[in-house]
Amino acid sequence: MGVDEQRVPGGGWPRPVVPRIGARVSYALHHLLAAKPAYRRLGAWLERRRPAYRWFTWAERVTKEQLYGCRMCGQCALPDTGYTCPMTCPKQLRNGPCGGVSAEGRCEVHPELVCVWVTAIERAQDAGHGADLDLLQRPVDHREWDRSSWVNYWQGRDDGLGIAPSEDDPRPLLRRELGLRPR
Amino acid sequence: MSGLPGVEAPMSGLRGAFAAGRFAVTAEIGPPRGADAEAITRKADHLRGWVDAANVTDNQGANVRMSSLAGSLLAQRAGVEPVMQLTCRDRNRMALQSDLLAAGALGIPNVLLLTGDHPRFGDHPEAKPVFDLDGVQLVWTARTLRDDGVLMSGKAVSPRPAWLIGTVENPFAPPLTFRARRLAKKVAAGAEFVQTQYVFDFEVFERWMASLRDLGVTEHCKIIAGVGPIRSLRALDFMRTAVPGVHVPDELDRRLRGVPAGRVEEEGIEVCVEAVQRLATIPGVAGVHLMALGFEHGVPDILRRAGIPRPPTVLPDHNRHHPMEGIGHAR
Repeated sequence: MGVDEQRVPGGGWPRPVVPRIGARVSYALHHLLAAKPAYRRLGAWLERRRPAYRWFTWAERVTKEQLYGCRMCGQCALPDTGYTCPMTCPKQLRNGPCGGVSAEGRCEVHPELVCVWVTAIERAQDAGHGADLDLLQRPVDHREWDRSSWVNYWQGRDDGLGIAPSEDDPRPLLRRELGLRPR
Repeated sequence: MSGLPGVEAPMSGLRGAFAAGRFAVTAEIGPPRGADAEAITRKADHLRGWVDAANVTDNQGANVRMSSLAGSLLAQRAGVEPVMQLTCRDRNRMALQSDLLAAGALGIPNVLLLTGDHPRFGDHPEAKPVFDLDGVQLVWTARTLRDDGVLMSGKAVSPRPAWLIGTVENPFAPPLTFRARRLAKKVAAGAEFVQTQYVFDFEVFERWMASLRDLGVTEHCKIIAGVGPIRSLRALDFMRTAVPGVHVPDELDRRLRGVPAGRVEEEGIEVCVEAVQRLATIPGVAGVHLMALGFEHGVPDILRRAGIPRPPTVLPDHNRHHPMEGIGHAR
C-alpha cells in the first residue's frame, strides 16, 4: 500500500476536490443563473441546436471543472452541498460522509486529501446554508452524464433532486420519501 | 406474510426484542472464503440461544466471501435469525432490489443496508466500485419497496417483502457534529434500527446519543451499540491504525498495555463486559452488537458476565418448516 501511494494517482476513483471559489460567491453567482424565463428559453433553444448545446456544455464543463472539480453528472448537487461536488467523493455519496473519515477529517480512499463532505459541511454551515444538508438527495440518473446541468436546471428537470422535510409533517425529516418517479 | 419466523414467534428475534423493549443482542457471522456451508453452521452453533440475531456480512472489508444471501439462509437453517447485510459497493440498483426481493421471499427477517467499504481495502482493489446508490438511498429504496410496494422504476411488486430495515452509523468519524443528523436522514429514509461502529470512546458516544434524543431519532429508530473484545496488543494496534473510523481513547490503550502480556486477552474481555454494562444504562440504547470476529465461542461468556439475560428460548424446530429447508447443501 505504501509503495502504491507514491505512484501518480490513477483516474479510476474520483478524488475529493476543495473548490477554488468560496461558497458565498457561489451562492451569489447562483442568483444570477437562477431559473428565469429568459434562461428557460435559452435552454430550450440550445437543446434544439446540437452544436450550440455542445459549445455551451463545453463552457460549463471547463468552468465547473476548474472551480469545483465537476465531473459532469448533469444533475448538479452543488447548491445543496455548500458548493462542494459530492461526485468527487470516491464513493460518490450524495447524502453525507461515509463512516471511514479519519480523525483528521481525511478521505479513507485518498488519505492525503480532505473528505469532500467535511469540506461541504464546513462551507454550507459557514455560509448559513447548513439546513440544505438535511435534504434527501435522490439517486443519480446515469443517462444525464455529460449533459448540461445548467440547461437541465433551467428546464426544471432538477426539481425534486433534493427533497425538503415537509412543514406540515409533525415529524420533520422522518418518514419522508426521497421522491419517486410517478407511476 | 405468515410464514415469516418473526411473525410466527413474536417474542423471539430482533423484532420481538424491540417490540418487548428487551435489551437486544446481535452478533456477527462472517461467511467463509470457500463453498463451505459448515463454516456458517459452526459459528451459528456458538451463538444460538444467546443472541436475538446475527449479521451475515457482505464481502466484509471488500474481501470476497460467500454471499450474504446464502449465508443468511444457512444461518437461518442453523437456528440463528439472520440480519442480511447488503452493500452498495458490488451491486447496482437493479441487483440491490432483486436481492432485497430474494431476502423477502426466503423469509429473511432483517436486512442491514450500508454503503460498504471501498475496494481499495480489500482483496480485489482492481475491481470496479459500483456505488450506484449510497447507503441513504438504499434505505429509502428498501422502505418504498416494502411499504409502498414499488420498485425505483415505479413498477409494483407483489407480494411485498416484510423485513425490518437496519443501517449503520459511525458516531466517531468527523464531522462529529453532523453524525446525528446523518442518522436522522437515514431514519427519514426508512431505517428502523442502526448498529454503530465499535464504542470505545464513551464521551463522544454519549454526546451523539444526546443529539439523537434531541432530534427525536431514538423514538423512531432502535440504537444498537457496537462492542467487541480487543484480545491482543496486535489487535489493539490494528484497531487504532488499520480500521477506518474506529477511535480507541488513550485511556483504554494505557489500560491494555498496562497489564502483563499474558493477561491482555482477559483484560480486553473485561473491558468489553464493562462496555456492555455501561451501554445498557444509557437512555435510548436498545441493545449491543457484539463483533467478536473469530471469537464467536466467547460471546456467551461476555453476555453472561455482563448480566444480559438470554433471549426467550426459540423452539429447536423453529426453522424446520421453512420453505427452503432441504434445498441446496445436503448435510
